[in-house]
Amino acid sequence: MTAPSGYALEVANLKKAFGGLTVTQDVSLAVRPGERRLIIGPNGAGKTTLFNQISGDLRPNSGMIRLFDADITYLPPYRRAHRGLSRTYQIITLFADNTLEHNVSLGLLGLRPSRWQIWRPMASYPDLKSEARRALDAVGLLHLADHPISDIAYGERRRVELAVALAQQPRVLLLDEPLAGLSNTERATVKSLIASISRETTLIMIEHDMDTALDLAETVTLLNYGRVIVDGQRDAVIADERTREVYLGV
Amino acid sequence: MKWIGAALLGGSLLLPPFLAGDFYINLASQILIAAIFALSLNLLVGFGGMTSLGHASYLGVAAYISALLTSRYGFGHGTAALIAISGTIAMAAFFGVIALRASGLGFLMITLALSQVLWGLAYRMSNVTNGDNGITGLTRPAPFGISLDNPVAFYWFSLIMATVAFLMMMIFVSSAFGSSLKGARDQPRRMAALGFNPWLIRWITFIYAGFWGGVSGLLYVYYHKYIHPSSLSITSSAEALLGVIAGGSGALGGPAVGAALVLLLKNYASAYIERWNMLLGLVFLFIVLVMPAGIVPGFSRLIAGRRGAQR
Repeated sequence: MTAPSGYALEVANLKKAFGGLTVTQDVSLAVRPGERRLIIGPNGAGKTTLFNQISGDLRPNSGMIRLFDADITYLPPYRRAHRGLSRTYQIITLFADNTLEHNVSLGLLGLRPSRWQIWRPMASYPDLKSEARRALDAVGLLHLADHPISDIAYGERRRVELAVALAQQPRVLLLDEPLAGLSNTERATVKSLIASISRETTLIMIEHDMDTALDLAETVTLLNYGRVIVDGQRDAVIADERTREVYLGV
Repeated sequence: MKWIGAALLGGSLLLPPFLAGDFYINLASQILIAAIFALSLNLLVGFGGMTSLGHASYLGVAAYISALLTSRYGFGHGTAALIAISGTIAMAAFFGVIALRASGLGFLMITLALSQVLWGLAYRMSNVTNGDNGITGLTRPAPFGISLDNPVAFYWFSLIMATVAFLMMMIFVSSAFGSSLKGARDQPRRMAALGFNPWLIRWITFIYAGFWGGVSGLLYVYYHKYIHPSSLSITSSAEALLGVIAGGSGALGGPAVGAALVLLLKNYASAYIERWNMLLGLVFLFIVLVMPAGIVPGFSRLIAGRRGAQR
């Protein structure tokens, strides 16, 4: 056992290759509890692949991932969820035929032992219902709780994604392009939503919309070709010459 | 409206013993048995997204275990049934571990292969299974001293079992676990990220479906008082799958209706046409073309559409 590092999430020398294509090369980063970290980089920089390894959808070839000092490198995704890791997806993955309330309820159910219950109808858990509605209220969608996902607009679905993740009260939340495809108004709504997330939750966010995302971030990691190029306080990273070179294309 | 329809259907199940002769009562019993079997398969196909072409394994193995224990080893029906069901559950647990390594077509092929192994064994291990001759001279149980030998008594017995099976499967799919199952069918990756273990969810469902398949197998062997390797054949699995798809895998009662249709066609059409399978194929084609979701969802949409038009 190594001494506790005090980090919420620590990634060390992570490497992932698909055949000859190395997508993550020796990535290391450390995020403190409560931190707001933005991960930026051009298309194909390996941002989502990094998320997929942190959440357990992909297994790294080598390296280590630690969540609150526990090695989770080879844990299956559902175990990580039970340790307080939650994520949203760049491509919305909700249950289209089910209601908003049911979608959020599933998120709540995932962390409860009652998910194994085969005798009791799902509808008979009043606490599940009320908590799901509270989570929907928090993202301003309570009035649509009984509608199926297929009824609601794209921007609203993005907010349901957030509601599902936030209902789990995660200790570390990975947001993969939470603003993708939103209009300016919706962007502002989601931005203030993200800004209002409790400091109990450590936030790690991939986002292309720099104008909005930089306001939310305290620290920034710049990835390119699967490598960490610059990593540090927001203003320092923005000012860095390498950031301009890689990301801003100047 | 939906409830009225269900109540009417449920009520009509009480009628055969008062209205029909032995032939039809027996036919009704067989439909109930086929319905339990199809409903259990639909836990996999419809609610789990796992299309199996080997579900006859559970029906056949439970039937064979019960047949062998009662006829050859002098076990009572109660003990034999318990052992048969436990054996089926254990087998489902084992087969599930193998089959769930794959999904989609791979899963289908593995379930098919496993059931073909059993079918081959039933044919070839003739010192145990009596091979192609099957096991004859079996008896029906007499629960609480009530003989099930006459058709009406057996019908009531089947109806009670089918009702229990239907209710338990209904509770299963509407439970929290049932929601997890449907979630794992639609978005397995998402479910894993939310804290669910999709593999374990599927495996438990696989075993549960095997259990009800075994129950239908017991009823099957009690009814026929005879068991033959063909009960384990791909035809047996495929007919059930056909019933599930024809009746509608999305509706809970769909597979029961589909199973009834297959059985009726088999019994009626085969009296007139030798190639009744062809007729079954045509009917199936018609259903797929006209009501792609199956008979039950198709008709409910039709009724809903008509009512919508009247408004």
